[in-house]
Amino acid sequence: MSRCGIKLLFLSALLAIPAMAMAQPTAAATQAQIAALQQAVDANKIAAAAAQSAADNAWMLVSAALVLLMTGPGLALFYGGLVRKKNILGTMMQSFAMMGLVTILWAVAGYSLAFGHGNWFIGGFEHLFLRGVSLTPNADYAATIPEQTFMIYQLMFAIITPALITGAFAERMKFSAMAIFLSLWSLVVYCPMAHMVWGSDGFLSLNNVHAPLPSLDFAGGTVVHITSGVSALVCCLYLGKRIGYPHTKMQPHSMVLSFIGACMLWVGWFGFNAGSALNAGPLATSAFINTHFAAAAAAVGWSIAEWIHNGKPTALGAISGAVAGLVAITPASGFVQPFSALAIGLAAGLFCFFMVFMVKKFFGYDDSLDAFGVHGAGGTLGALLTGLFATSAINAAFGKNAAGSPNPTGAMDGHWGQLLNQSAGVGFAWSISIVGTLLLLLLVDKLVGLRVAPEDEARGLDLSQHDEEGYDLNS
Amino acid sequence: MVKIEAILQPSKLDAVKEALLEAGIEGMTILEARGHGRQKGHTEFYRGNEYTVDLLPKIKIEMFVKDDLKDKAVEAILATARTGRIGDGKIFISHIDEAIRIRNDERGESVL
Repeated sequence: MSRCGIKLLFLSALLAIPAMAMAQPTAAATQAQIAALQQAVDANKIAAAAAQSAADNAWMLVSAALVLLMTGPGLALFYGGLVRKKNILGTMMQSFAMMGLVTILWAVAGYSLAFGHGNWFIGGFEHLFLRGVSLTPNADYAATIPEQTFMIYQLMFAIITPALITGAFAERMKFSAMAIFLSLWSLVVYCPMAHMVWGSDGFLSLNNVHAPLPSLDFAGGTVVHITSGVSALVCCLYLGKRIGYPHTKMQPHSMVLSFIGACMLWVGWFGFNAGSALNAGPLATSAFINTHFAAAAAAVGWSIAEWIHNGKPTALGAISGAVAGLVAITPASGFVQPFSALAIGLAAGLFCFFMVFMVKKFFGYDDSLDAFGVHGAGGTLGALLTGLFATSAINAAFGKNAAGSPNPTGAMDGHWGQLLNQSAGVGFAWSISIVGTLLLLLLVDKLVGLRVAPEDEARGLDLSQHDEEGYDLNS
Repeated sequence: MVKIEAILQPSKLDAVKEALLEAGIEGMTILEARGHGRQKGHTEFYRGNEYTVDLLPKIKIEMFVKDDLKDKAVEAILATARTGRIGDGKIFISHIDEAIRIRNDERGESVL
């Protein structure tokens, strides 16, 4: 019902009452008036709920589309530009493959394992093949949008998370091995982690009032960025360096593509973080602003660090910084004040710069596109800083006390214990990522072998894995 | 008959081409090339990784001219391609024994 219709209905009900009262001032008439009024109020309530649901649903569907845009083309372009040109299609296909494979897995079992009722660690099988996932809301998660909207929105997160890992093993992993490994990874690492942190009975989850270690993760600092970043580190250590690294020239073949991709990530992240409010209310606004502020501060922070360290700011540095800020604000986006977001962003820009420029060089691992240096490091920093900066003034995440005032959330609110809860979330995310990824890599290595043959690595993934080329300017 | 090969800064191509046409050179082949002489290269940084780029983009002009046009062609290139800095390029001249027009098997200087 349109808003105008509701107003008319209400107005006519109000006008009808005195009119009737003057005509027949009897008890029966008064009863009828009250009944009519009650009916109008009820109709109004239903109409208001429908209007809110429509508004929330509109924002959530847009958000879901924005999050998909982050993977393809956003991440595909960002990563694609950073590799050598013989690997661009191979790299983009790794992200795109997740859009296909994870979607199917999510419908079959993933959604159930992540958001079905289960135990502390993993969901059950109640929603296998999307059984019971209907167009009515699931009040465990989002009371105003159809559960199918929630399901498809969460799917977009499940798609981008494994796609982020591909940055670590760029230019050297078989397409077959990548497809098997990341498919299994989404079920073995992602779904349990999502359940622990967001599930209605997860032991780190705010959605579980009995959770022993409620960890604040608004949009996936632990679930998305620590899992993908730490798994990325395990991958690049297990697979080893690209042939010729670090002495052969392996510079990005198109900074322009990476630049476009990074800017798409920035925009898509509004759906990722502000959408995680799961409604179109003020909390979405808060997350939206925090997201933007952190990205901006981190871009500036990384650029200044690079300017001082190398003498010149680079385009790659600026966009890498922005992504680092977006990563770090992800867990905090719905819990902190805008100026805290600026601080988190600045810290992330500097910290991830340090991880990529100094730590990676010191240890010599070939995290080719810095999936760990940005997502693992930025995610960890962000998850911990969330415990520091979270405030009940933005989000009364821990409810209200007997006197009606909100319980403190983060350390700045006086709840220092939250730092411990955040550390627990971080610790579990690191643990499940290391163990899960290592086991799956061993398995897939046995099954099909992980790395392409040296001559195929030299020819590039485009030709060796797909029999096609990204660029043929002579055709 | 001589062959003149000139390696130039890409930014000088248009000026050189016009000067050559004015000097009476009627045909030329232009190649996009990469290379270096004493200029060596420059350094690029990507997330702290340092790469030395030693092959720089260059333009190579090839033309075959009658002996009496040789000096005018060289002057035209010198006048337009020079910036005075390292990396301006070089000109190489060599003798050509024979020229043949494929269309009609014509031979000698008249082919040019």
